[in-house]
Amino acid sequence: MAETVLKSEDTKQFIVIKQGKEKYGINISYIHNIVRIQSITRVPKAPKYMTGVINLRGEIIPVMSLRLRFGLQAEPFTNTTRIIIVKVSGQAIGIIVDEVEEVINLRDTDMEMIIKDATDEKANYISGVGKVGTELVTLLNIEGFIVVSN
Amino acid sequence: MDISQYLEIFIEEAKEHLQSLNTSLLALEKDANDKDLINEVFRSAHTLKGMAATMGFKKMSVLTHNMENVLSEIRNDQMQVDVKLLDILFQCLDALEGYVEKIIETSNEGDGDSDALVAQLDAKLKAEMEPATIIKEVAKVDGLESTPTAGDERAAKHKKMTVTDFEAHALSRAKAEDYNCFGITIYLADSCVLKSARAFIIFRTLEKLGQLIKSTPAVQDIEDEKFDFDFSLFIVSKESAEKVKSDLMRIAEVETVLIDDIEGIVGAPEQSEEEKKESKSDIKKSTDTKNKAATTNRTVRVDIERLDTLMNLVSELIIIKNGLETVENTDQNFNDQIEYLERITTNLHDAVMKVRMVPIERVFNRFPRLIRDLARKLDKQIELNMTGEETELDRTVIDEIGDPLVHLIRNSGDHGLEIPSVRIKNGKDAVGHVELKAYQDGNNVVIEVADDGNGIDIARVKAKAFEKGTISAEQAEAMADQEIIELLFRPSFSTSDVISDVSGRGVGLDVVKTKIEALGGDIEVETALGKGSKFIIRLPLTLAIIQALMVNIADEKYAIPLNSIQNIEDVNIQDIKYIQNEEVINLRGQVVPIVRLDGILEIEREDDGRDVITVVIVKKGDKKAGFVVDSLIGQQEIVIKTLGKFLTSIRMIAGATILGDGEVALILDVNTLV
Repeated sequence: MAETVLKSEDTKQFIVIKQGKEKYGINISYIHNIVRIQSITRVPKAPKYMTGVINLRGEIIPVMSLRLRFGLQAEPFTNTTRIIIVKVSGQAIGIIVDEVEEVINLRDTDMEMIIKDATDEKANYISGVGKVGTELVTLLNIEGFIVVSN
Repeated sequence: MDISQYLEIFIEEAKEHLQSLNTSLLALEKDANDKDLINEVFRSAHTLKGMAATMGFKKMSVLTHNMENVLSEIRNDQMQVDVKLLDILFQCLDALEGYVEKIIETSNEGDGDSDALVAQLDAKLKAEMEPATIIKEVAKVDGLESTPTAGDERAAKHKKMTVTDFEAHALSRAKAEDYNCFGITIYLADSCVLKSARAFIIFRTLEKLGQLIKSTPAVQDIEDEKFDFDFSLFIVSKESAEKVKSDLMRIAEVETVLIDDIEGIVGAPEQSEEEKKESKSDIKKSTDTKNKAATTNRTVRVDIERLDTLMNLVSELIIIKNGLETVENTDQNFNDQIEYLERITTNLHDAVMKVRMVPIERVFNRFPRLIRDLARKLDKQIELNMTGEETELDRTVIDEIGDPLVHLIRNSGDHGLEIPSVRIKNGKDAVGHVELKAYQDGNNVVIEVADDGNGIDIARVKAKAFEKGTISAEQAEAMADQEIIELLFRPSFSTSDVISDVSGRGVGLDVVKTKIEALGGDIEVETALGKGSKFIIRLPLTLAIIQALMVNIADEKYAIPLNSIQNIEDVNIQDIKYIQNEEVINLRGQVVPIVRLDGILEIEREDDGRDVITVVIVKKGDKKAGFVVDSLIGQQEIVIKTLGKFLTSIRMIAGATILGDGEVALILDVNTLV
C-alpha cells in the first residue's frame, strides 16, 4: 500500500482508520496524538456516544466512540483499538476507533468533495471521498461531527 | 517610541488613582470643607494628568488639567465646593473611567469627547474669576512641555560620583582611544509620573550616542523607579557634549541636562556647602515620592497568567504526591519522606493560594458611589454600611463577583427600600440602610447584602408565579415559603418586568445565581415582610484544589467536596421512611431526604440487599440530603479539573480529578444534587 511520498502543496495527509469493513480518513492537521486504549471513566447523563473521560498526562480529555456516533453496534475493545486525540477549536477530544492503518497522501485530483446538504446532519460528518489505488476512503469532517455533538 | 510595555503599569495605576479620586469625592460630598480631602482630589487629578500626558493620552490630560484648575482655586479658597461642582467632578470621573476602559480595550483613549465637561468646568471657573486669567490658564497645556528651567538651581550631581578602579580603567582607556568622557546629571520634570519609562527612553538614547560606564542610582534601581527626579551617569562617546545634551533635551519631560567633560572629577570630590543645602532641599521636595517608592517597593505586580501557571504546577505536584502515597511500601524511611513531601506540597499550595488572594475591598470600593447615584435617581435616602472589606478571595473570584453584587445592591436600593414617606409612615427611619458584609467562615467566604426595606412579599410572589404559569395551583398550596422565594431565581421569572412591582426582586436574579454557582458558590435569601431581606452568598476560598471525601459506588469512584459534608451515618434500611413517595430518614429529629446516587448516576446493577447503608449527609445552606454510597475510601486533597466544553451540560458533576493511580474520578456537584 506504499504511496509515493508527495509533499507538494496540492496534497493533503490523512490518517486511515478501519471501522468494521469501512475505511475512513482523518485530516492529519487535526490530529494531536494517537494513544492506546486506556481506562475510561464513564460520565453519567452524557450522550451515549460519549464514552467518558481519560487522563492524558494530567489532562482530562473527553472521548467519544466513533462506532456509537455512527449508530453502529458497540464492540469490545481489542488490541488494535486506539484513541485518536484531535483538537477542535482549541479543545482536545478523543475518538475511539477500531484500528489505525496508515498515513496517506492524497492529491486534490484523488479527492471528490461532497457538496454539503445542510438539512442532513449525517452528511455533515463526511467531507468527501478519497481514492487510494482501487480502494475508497471516506474522508471525515471532524468539525462536522464533533461540533454537532455539542 | 515604544511605550506599550508601560501601558499595563499605566492602567493599573490609573485605576488606583481613579478609585482614590472616587473615594475622596464621596467623602468630600459629606464634608465640603475638608482641606485634606480637597488636596487629595487635587493630587489624584494632578498625578493622572501627568501619567496621561506621558503616555500621550491628550484628552485625558486636558480633562484632568481642567479639573486641576478648578480644584486649585478651591484649594486657594477662591471657590467653594457645592453640589453642582461635585456633580461635574463626578461626571469627569466617569469620563476618565471611560477613557481608561477604552485604553484597556484598544490601547487607545478613543474619540470620546469631554468638551462639554471641560466647558462646564470653565463656566464654573469663570463664575468665580476674572475671565482673562482663565483663558490664559486653559490655553496652557502643561505636563507636556519640556521647557528647561534655569540650570543653576540644579546641582551637577555627577561631580559627586565616584568610580571603582575598574570603571576608572575603562574611562582612561576610552580616553586613550579618543573618546570623550562625560559626566551627566539629568533632571526630569516634577510632573513626570512614569519616571522609569522616561529613564528607559533616556538610556536608549544614550546607548545610541555611546557607552554607559556608570550611573547613580544603578540602572536597575532606575528601572524600578527607585530614584527621585534626577540621576547622574558617566558615558563615553565620540559625540560632542553639545550633541549629547541636545539629544537628551529633545526627550519629553527632561527638564535639565548638566554635562561636563569628566576630566578632573573622577577623584572623590568635596561636597560644597551649597550642594549640601541643595541636596537637602531636594530631599524635602521629593519626600512624597520617596514614601510612595518605599511602600511600592515591597510589592510586585505579576501577570495573573503566571500565577495560574504556578498554580497548575502545584496541582501537578499534588497529583504526583497522591500517586506516591498509593505505592505499596513498608520502608519506614520512604514513608517518612512521603509525609515530608506531603507537608511541603500542602504548605506550597497554601502559599500560592495566598499569593492569589486579593482583599474584597477592590470590589466593595465602587459601591458607595453606586449607592449615591441610586439614592439620587430614586429620590431615596440610602446609607451604605460596609464591613469586612479586608476579607480575601481568589483573584478569579474577585473579578467575577462584582456584577452579581451590583445586581443585588441595586435590587436592595430599588425594590427593597421604600421611599422615605412610606418608611416614616411604617415607623422606620427615613434613611434606608443597605449593609454589605464579608467574612470568612471555614473554607468559605460569605458575603451578605442586607437591607431594612419591605422584604419579599411571599404571597404576591406566589400569586405572580401562579399567574405566569410557573407553578400550578396545587403546587402553590404545597410549597413552603423558602421554596417560593427560590422561584425568584428562576430564569423565566426574572425576564418579566412585571416582577419589579412586586416588592420583591427579580431582574437578573437568575443571572446572579448562575454566576455564583459557576464560581462554586451558592446563594440564599432570608426575608421578613416589613423588616427587610438578606442575600447570603457563600463562595469557596479557592477554586483549584480542595479537600474531598472519596467514595465507592458500585465499581466507580466519586469525590464529594469535604466542606459540604456534615457527617456520615450508618443507617438501618428499616429506618428509611417515605414522605410523598420520597425516601427520608429521621436524623436526630430532622427529616433528611435520601439520594440514591447509583440511580441518579445511572449505574446499572442489582440491588445488593444490604441491611445497613452508608449515608453521607451533605448540606447546602439550610438544606440537607443524605447521599447513599457503597463504601468510603477516605479524605484526599484533590485538584479540580473541568470536563471541557464537550461535556458542559452535565449539571450534577462539578468536574473531575486525577487520582494517585492515574484514574479519573468525577466530583459530585452538591449544589445541584441537594
